Amino acid sequence: MPNMSSEKVKMPEQDPIKRGKNFDEVALGYTLEQAIEEAKRCLQCKTKPCVSGCPVNVPIPEFIKLVEEGKIEEAYKTITKENALPAICGRVCPQESQCEGLCVRAKKGEAVGVGRLERFVADYYMENVKTENEEIEQLDIKVAVVGAGPAGLTCAGELAKKGYKVTVFEALHELGGVLMYGIPEFRLPKALVAKEVQTIIDMGVEINKNVVVGRSITVDELLEEGYKAVFVGSGAGLPKFLGLEGENLNGVYSANEFLTRVNLMKAYDFPSNPTPVKIGKKVAVVGGGNVAMDAARTALRLGAEDVYIVYRRSEEELPARLEEVHHAKEEGIDLKLLNNPTKIIGNDEGWVTGLECIKMELGEPDDSGRRRPKAVEGSEFVLSVDTVVIAIGQSPNPLIRQTTTGLNVEDWGGIIVEEETMETSKDYVYAGGDVVTGAATVILAMGAGKQAAEAIHKKLLELQV
Amino acid sequence: MYKIVDKRQLNKDVDLMVVKAPFVSRKCEPGQFIILRADDNSERIPLTIADYDREEDTVTIIYQVVGYSTQVLRTKEIGESVKDFVGPLGQPSELKKHKRVLGIAGGVGAAPLYPQIKKLHEMGVEVDVIIGGRSDEYIILEDEFKKICHNIYFATNDGSKGKKGFVTDVLNDLLDNGEQYEEVIAIGPLIMMKAVVSITKPLNIPTAVSLNPVMIDGTGMCGGCRVTVGDETKFACVDGPDFDGLLVDFDECMRRQNMYRDQEDHVCRVGLEGGQKNA
Ligand SMILES: Cc1cc2nc3c(=O)[nH]c(=O)nc-3n(C[C@H](O)[C@H](O)[C@H](O)COP(=O)(O)OP(=O)(O)OC[C@H]3O[C@@H](n4cnc5c(N)ncnc54)[C@H](O)[C@@H]3O)c2cc1C
Ligand SMILES: Cc1cc2nc3c(=O)[nH]c(=O)nc-3n(C[C@H](O)[C@H](O)[C@H](O)COP(=O)(O)OP(=O)(O)OC[C@H]3O[C@@H](n4cnc5c(N)ncnc54)[C@H](O)[C@@H]3O)c2cc1C
Ligand code: SF4
Ligand code: FES
Repeated sequence: MPNMSSEKVKMPEQDPIKRGKNFDEVALGYTLEQAIEEAKRCLQCKTKPCVSGCPVNVPIPEFIKLVEEGKIEEAYKTITKENALPAICGRVCPQESQCEGLCVRAKKGEAVGVGRLERFVADYYMENVKTENEEIEQLDIKVAVVGAGPAGLTCAGELAKKGYKVTVFEALHELGGVLMYGIPEFRLPKALVAKEVQTIIDMGVEINKNVVVGRSITVDELLEEGYKAVFVGSGAGLPKFLGLEGENLNGVYSANEFLTRVNLMKAYDFPSNPTPVKIGKKVAVVGGGNVAMDAARTALRLGAEDVYIVYRRSEEELPARLEEVHHAKEEGIDLKLLNNPTKIIGNDEGWVTGLECIKMELGEPDDSGRRRPKAVEGSEFVLSVDTVVIAIGQSPNPLIRQTTTGLNVEDWGGIIVEEETMETSKDYVYAGGDVVTGAATVILAMGAGKQAAEAIHKKLLELQV
Repeated sequence: MYKIVDKRQLNKDVDLMVVKAPFVSRKCEPGQFIILRADDNSERIPLTIADYDREEDTVTIIYQVVGYSTQVLRTKEIGESVKDFVGPLGQPSELKKHKRVLGIAGGVGAAPLYPQIKKLHEMGVEVDVIIGGRSDEYIILEDEFKKICHNIYFATNDGSKGKKGFVTDVLNDLLDNGEQYEEVIAIGPLIMMKAVVSITKPLNIPTAVSLNPVMIDGTGMCGGCRVTVGDETKFACVDGPDFDGLLVDFDECMRRQNMYRDQEDHVCRVGLEGGQKNA
């Protein structure tokens, strides 16, 4: 019996008041019964519109069918043929603009909860099924991967599946990239990231943490050392600032610093963990993407009483995932829309006391198709705050482009690649993920990693014959 | 894991540690630093590379025990390991083939100064050095410096070694005596570097300083280490840590360095037990 309800089966969630004070996951996930019920909402469309919205082509109706039949292990295998990190993607993909955005059911009511089902399958599998590794025929060919974010890990996993000897070089002491240091625990539990990353390592990938490529070793040296190809997935980690007066005052953070202190260095557990973070009573977060939402909700959980999001366009243009905006509002984050910061104000001791903003209105659409915000003259006002978090985006770290010969880059720093193959201007060097696109999404980074793995495989095979 | 192959206490507050770290030792140059985590629940703390041995794959660090993480580091013995050790980070020092240079070190600042002076010596530059400390006991690396510098001067707060007073008192004396230096390299507490610059700036003597803002990643990712040099914001971990001292906004640096002062005091009071209870 198909389930013709116009709404998704409700996802159990932590109470908004309670969760504003803890770092436990907000959305609790379906039970087996709820998942089967939701799976029955899928019409099994022959044309599979949902799949065309998925950057890595997960066979969506097929896996949903298997869920409906209660065959969760098979459903997991169906997903992981195309997507190595389903527990993560089920939680953080912007489904509303990908698979679910194209779902036929969305025309009348809510789309099928593809993300929720994907998450369920991955969680259920990890909890209930013992994994065993298949024997892979080993090739004696070394490939290096720079960066252990979603792009690098996916590329490494795909190449390992094909039998390559893959070594990942990661600058930090943890694997996962933004998944580990950026996205907070309450949205993506770190133990789960570690588990999903482990499934990739178990394919036989060698890991070298604490190696900063460009400093500890360069891309050129990797090639000299016998790596036949190098994939660069170093992400977009360089924080942008506004260039405003007062930006170096105490109490002004980049979102990266704020979130890294809390997530990677576990400052939320201070002083049991020795890394501190300073959070005031009133916090302004500048920006409107996932990063801004995460910073705001983290500040709330660390005890801030008033948390504002300052964003220069209107709610419609907020780039964050719908679900995160919804959750943030529920938790009491105050969206100060159509406002642009103009100055950060401090006291004599050099601590932030306020954020001066100017009101904005929307004019004609600009190149991005969104209506261009314009300042309303003379409308400045001061938001009284003691912490400011700047979350207006990141660009690629310059280290690799500065230390690699023959690598062509855009003026904003992104590495230039062939769209099909992810090959850079340098022979045998490939790149993908945020380092190519600028700050984007987990799934696009994974898609790029996968595409590059295919291309590397093809190229190195050619070499052998 | 990175094995500790040698360790020695230089004085009550300062230890020297030699760590096996091939990726760092093969590439590092004077002026660069590493970031380490002593164990699973430690902070990431930056320490300058005081020396290295490319054949043995080792790196020497010299650290002052000031707070939680350096206390944890002190508990590690030869044969044990530190958990993470990443580098080399930062820009190598720009060492010019001058005729005559003056190095000035305050306290544990002698450690980062040493590799620069050693390199200058190898380049054939004549170097004088002033080393300052609270008392005789806190002067480190005296023998090592003596081997490579022309003149060595001391300043101690209590007068137990060299001049009673600050390194800047010695600097003033030297300049008053007509000594000429093409460059000064000053490394120590911010307040000391600021005082040195207040003397060299009016005389227009190029002065390099090494800044030590609070850092996390050390790769340009967090932006926490930002400092103002001239009119520009720089990230000390990737643009520095050495900067033109005549252009540095020291007051801002000092302010930012104290951002976590009250919380750090708290951890110190909680002490090692508090931090390790969930180790
Ligand atoms: C707070 C936050 C929230 C987000 N929320 C979402 C979301 O809900 N949904 C979504 O789809 N996307 C989200 N994103 C975006 C998403 O996380 C990124 O698009 C994705 O992680 C990019 O993957 P990547 O592999 O290209 O880079 P990264 O994840 O940045 O990984 C790069 C890795 O390379 C390492 N590295 C960098 N330089 C070097 C070097 N020189 N040598 C060695 N290693 C190096 C880094 O340490 C890092 O581990 C969010 C991002 C942030 C910051
Ligand atoms: C590039 C660089 C090179 C350095 N080289 C040396 C060295 O060779 N020898 C040495 O003894 N010290 C050096 N330091 C300082 C050293 O990093 C700090 O003393 C150490 O981090 C203190 O840690 P703690 O937990 O023991 O003390 P805490 O109690 O945490 O802090 C005491 C003080 O140390 C500073 N500090 C704390 N955490 C950091 C951090 N992550 N980054 C920078 N400063 C911090 C702050 O000013 C703080 O007020 C260097 C710092 C930098 C940035
Ligand atoms: S579009 Fe929606 S209903 Fe159709 S197959 Fe995909 S998920 Fe099922
Ligand atoms: S330490 Fe994070 S940017 Fe310098």
